[in-house]
Amino acid sequence: MNSIRKILGVVWLLLGPVVIYFLIAGAIHNVDPNGKKDINNPVIWVIIITIFLPIAIGLMIFGWYALKGEYSRNTSDR
Amino acid sequence: MKQMSEAGVLRKVIGASSLGTMIEWYDFYIFGMLAKTISTEFFPEGNSTAALLSTLAIFAAGFIVRPFGALFFGRLGDLLGRKSTFLLTLVLMGGSTFLIGLVPGYQTIGIAAPLIVLLLRLLQGLALGGEYGGAATYVAEHAPPGKRGFYTSWIQTTATLGLFLALGVIMVVKMNMSDQRFNAEWGGWRYPFWFSIILVVVSVYIRLKMEESPLFARLKSEGKVAKNPLRESFRKKANFKMVLLALFGAAMGQGVIWYTGQFYAQSFLETKVALNFEQSRSILLWAILLATPFFIVFGWLSDRIGRKWIMLAGMLLGILTYRPIFNTLLNDAGTDQWKTELSNSKVQKESKLLANTSDSLIHTITHIEVANGAKYIKEQTDTLKVATGTISEGKPLIKDKVLPRPVYWKFVGLVFLLIFYVTMVYGPIAAFLVELFPVHIRYTSMSLPYHIGNGVFGGLVPFIGVLLQTTFTTDPLVGLWYPIGIAALSFAIGLIYLSNKIDKDVTD
Repeated sequence: MNSIRKILGVVWLLLGPVVIYFLIAGAIHNVDPNGKKDINNPVIWVIIITIFLPIAIGLMIFGWYALKGEYSRNTSDR
Repeated sequence: MKQMSEAGVLRKVIGASSLGTMIEWYDFYIFGMLAKTISTEFFPEGNSTAALLSTLAIFAAGFIVRPFGALFFGRLGDLLGRKSTFLLTLVLMGGSTFLIGLVPGYQTIGIAAPLIVLLLRLLQGLALGGEYGGAATYVAEHAPPGKRGFYTSWIQTTATLGLFLALGVIMVVKMNMSDQRFNAEWGGWRYPFWFSIILVVVSVYIRLKMEESPLFARLKSEGKVAKNPLRESFRKKANFKMVLLALFGAAMGQGVIWYTGQFYAQSFLETKVALNFEQSRSILLWAILLATPFFIVFGWLSDRIGRKWIMLAGMLLGILTYRPIFNTLLNDAGTDQWKTELSNSKVQKESKLLANTSDSLIHTITHIEVANGAKYIKEQTDTLKVATGTISEGKPLIKDKVLPRPVYWKFVGLVFLLIFYVTMVYGPIAAFLVELFPVHIRYTSMSLPYHIGNGVFGGLVPFIGVLLQTTFTTDPLVGLWYPIGIAALSFAIGLIYLSNKIDKDVTD
């Protein structure tokens, strides 16, 4: 189980940049000064990307810790 | 005798903490529920500054200020103590809410109105960010080992009860006056804000009589209070890795399940299913009333079998059943199936000629009462082309649906299921978070993942829903893929990395 925990660390590590990419691509695709929906509003995208950037970095750090075995446990710890 | 008095103290601790937290949730929700009226009153259309302030009021309060409040008040709570900090958040929240109810509209004081409302809304977000962690920590640090899940589960009922109270108060006020009186500048929409001050005064009075958490008091007397809780929480790897685990393995999934089960369900019933105001609200009220005891049940159960599997089971049930449940809500209220019974129905048509240019618009409102008890309104705007004498039919809009009784109760059952999942993920999570962190940085460390999970991941459910709906227009349930995806990710992380072990000793 500990090796699965470590290997999956790579997935979480890569997921961070993927999230950032999709957010920026989503913003570029949907921001429209003439649009009336929330998804057309650039201010909302700025807020969301600002708050998600550290979260995505957090996910990468989580992946890094997992990869380094920080979350590995003894078999007695269920 | 001593045991009796200890039980009495615990009851007071739970009562005082839960009441205050419930009021904070109530205060936070009424703004969101009255957003349409508030928007008309303070953020008029056509004014770009007001539109920007409105966006900030709606999005910044939940996404940025709430996690910031968690850090700000979490730090205070770990430095000064739990009691004084969550007393401060209550006063700040209650004061802001009451003052929102007193701000004159845009028509009276101009741009100052949306500016003041924005400031007060941000203070609300800040206060909410600080309240929950304090209340949960305070109760957990009073609870005896083996009963922490049970005692903190009372705090967990408060977010849903706050929603219940907000729905109930708004519904009572709205049903006792005309829409015009409710939406007037000094109309009924302000009453729920004013009502808050009574609740807050009572709650502050009760909380003032409470003692500091025994664990924090001991820490303080021993001079072991953290010097810099933020640095210790997020710079020390041993703590920071647990903050990340709490966020990605539990709070993130819990946040989307919570939001989908209560807010998304309500919005879905109103906008996609097109139920009338009374039925959409009363369905949610019934479901909340029936499901709320399960917060306590799952909190209690988590003391026996561990927190992990209950929370993960709630996430898994959401992942597997969201689409069938929401699909049933959509299909069982579809008007097509009532067409066969329309022969016995009452149909009342009103047509108006709206414009008299070269082409004319004919606006038709049809009130339909189906024999099985269902009612709905169909609105259609057709264009009469004067040149050709032909009519080009507009797309009919179905609204204000009233469901027949059996379908209504079926809907109550389905929404109950959605909230039942909420009770599974949310009931044990306070105890889980408390046990993850040491006493001297607990308030700071547990507040941040909780508010990012709920405020950011949960709060994004409607936004991402619209985003997906705009991209994939054919599937009316496509918005559900966001909560399903986030819950699945959190489930996978929780399954692999979380431990089910209950930390019996939270004094360290």
